[in-house]
Amino acid sequence: MSWRPIVEGIGEAVRLILTGDRVVLEITLRSLQTASYATFLAAAVGLPLSVFIVMREFPGKRALRFFFNAMVGVPTVTLGLFLFTLFSRSGPLGSLQLLYTVPGMAVGQAALILPIMVSFVVSAIESKDMELRDLVRTLGASETDTSIAIVREAFSGVSLALVSSFNRAFAELGIATMLGANISGVTRVLTTAIALETNKGELGLSFALSFILLIVVLGLNYAISLLRGGAT
Amino acid sequence: MSNIGGFKVNRNTLIVALFLVAVIAGGFYWYMSKPQAKESLIVSTTTSLYETGLLDELKIMFERTHPEYNVSFISQGTGLAIETAKRGDADMILVHSPSQEQGFLESGSGVNRKIFAYNFFIIVGPEADPAGIRGMDPIDALIKIRAEGQAGNALWVSRGDNSGTHSKEKALWTATGLVLDEIKVETAGDSAGTWYIEAGAGMTATLQLANQKLAYTITDVATYLKNYKNGNIELVKIVDSGKDTLNVYSAIVCDPDTSPRGMFEGSMEFLRFLISDEVQTMLVTYGEEGFGSTLFKPWLPELEDPDSEIVGWVEEYAYIDGSECPVEYRQNAADLYR
Repeated sequence: MSWRPIVEGIGEAVRLILTGDRVVLEITLRSLQTASYATFLAAAVGLPLSVFIVMREFPGKRALRFFFNAMVGVPTVTLGLFLFTLFSRSGPLGSLQLLYTVPGMAVGQAALILPIMVSFVVSAIESKDMELRDLVRTLGASETDTSIAIVREAFSGVSLALVSSFNRAFAELGIATMLGANISGVTRVLTTAIALETNKGELGLSFALSFILLIVVLGLNYAISLLRGGAT
Repeated sequence: MSNIGGFKVNRNTLIVALFLVAVIAGGFYWYMSKPQAKESLIVSTTTSLYETGLLDELKIMFERTHPEYNVSFISQGTGLAIETAKRGDADMILVHSPSQEQGFLESGSGVNRKIFAYNFFIIVGPEADPAGIRGMDPIDALIKIRAEGQAGNALWVSRGDNSGTHSKEKALWTATGLVLDEIKVETAGDSAGTWYIEAGAGMTATLQLANQKLAYTITDVATYLKNYKNGNIELVKIVDSGKDTLNVYSAIVCDPDTSPRGMFEGSMEFLRFLISDEVQTMLVTYGEEGFGSTLFKPWLPELEDPDSEIVGWVEEYAYIDGSECPVEYRQNAADLYR
């Protein structure tokens, strides 16, 4: 064993990047694509939901918040198995034909990161002075304007929620395995490819793909930190 | 600094944001613009078969002569592979577990079972061979491992994941006359642990566990060779091929009357392809390049050979009621069987 697979992995990663290996490029793009869809989807549902949870009083509010906080820790394979049963042809949502497709994986990852997003955004908004809400209202703002003002005020926390959610979706394995099944050229993403090469015993190639995954994550997060830095 | 919707944004930020949007939009376009006209044939298969790379090779060959199909493989381990097909999420299965295959046929989910290849499992262990089983036949070797295990001299690692390899291992223990549930809990000598270790993992992980523990395990040849060649493990082959370690691969097509996918024609095309001369010839040499050894033996040539002892072994191990596929499980396939 020794250090060999790691050393080989670094060399192989460099080679794959320098030669622009088509297959690696393809699965990297697919990983980015899936995680991006998932983040958009989760944000489309999660941001309004979070604002609603903070601004309104309704029965079951505590229970709902507790539910989202607890679901942050759901094992990906459990969620994947649950959605697999739903999306399967003989399952209740089989007619949508989402199983073994990129949109299907994205929906699964969105379900995974929604609790992360809601928990983060709710606490980010709450950490802002709630008098702001009343102030904006007394100035005659509509309900929608108030919500936008609040999200803008909590922008730094909201963007952290988006980044964390994206990272989680990008690096998860369980849902991609259950809903995508690692089909070559169709649903193979970085994490499932890493798992496959590890199972094969190609540890060098596994490390190479892992390094590429890390490089992409670091690069994206650096880019986004620039973005967050730009917003004051 | 410019001001967009109340967010103060500088130029670098804008560039990064535009870049991200471009990457995502580009990815979306690339995904949507891929040709979707082909019929998608989904084959649910076992990991040990897929990880040899054989199926990727077969896909290329098949699509060359059948451009109307796009073949996708889902590799999952025999138990889940069969479950996926039962749920109607695959068109056919390629597996290596006769008892589970029989269950699949009997459940009314599959028809037209056809054996297309075979090879042998091997028992690997530490070079020093602490149980002293080198060269024994597999059944005697297991009995010896158990005795030495009880004495604290040897360890055994099981996949423990209901894979085809795992069911083969269980069948071997049954053949020894020992009761697996009883020997599983026996302690190794004076230590607190058992000599029988259940990994609950894939083949590579199981081999690595056995390697770390200096234990014996049963493995398919391809996964073993790959790990040995890459220097991941130092285990060596202790017990070689024989009647008891036979491993038979078959294809079963999902029953068109119960499968919601409607790909019976395409699945039959692929099944016929697997037993064609083209594939059967290719199997003879497959693996020499990447593994340094052949991995599979074609099944059809054995049937042509009247002196083949393999046919007798396969009949005993992998036939169902004396046939590759009993008549009641055949559909529009008179030419496949004789």
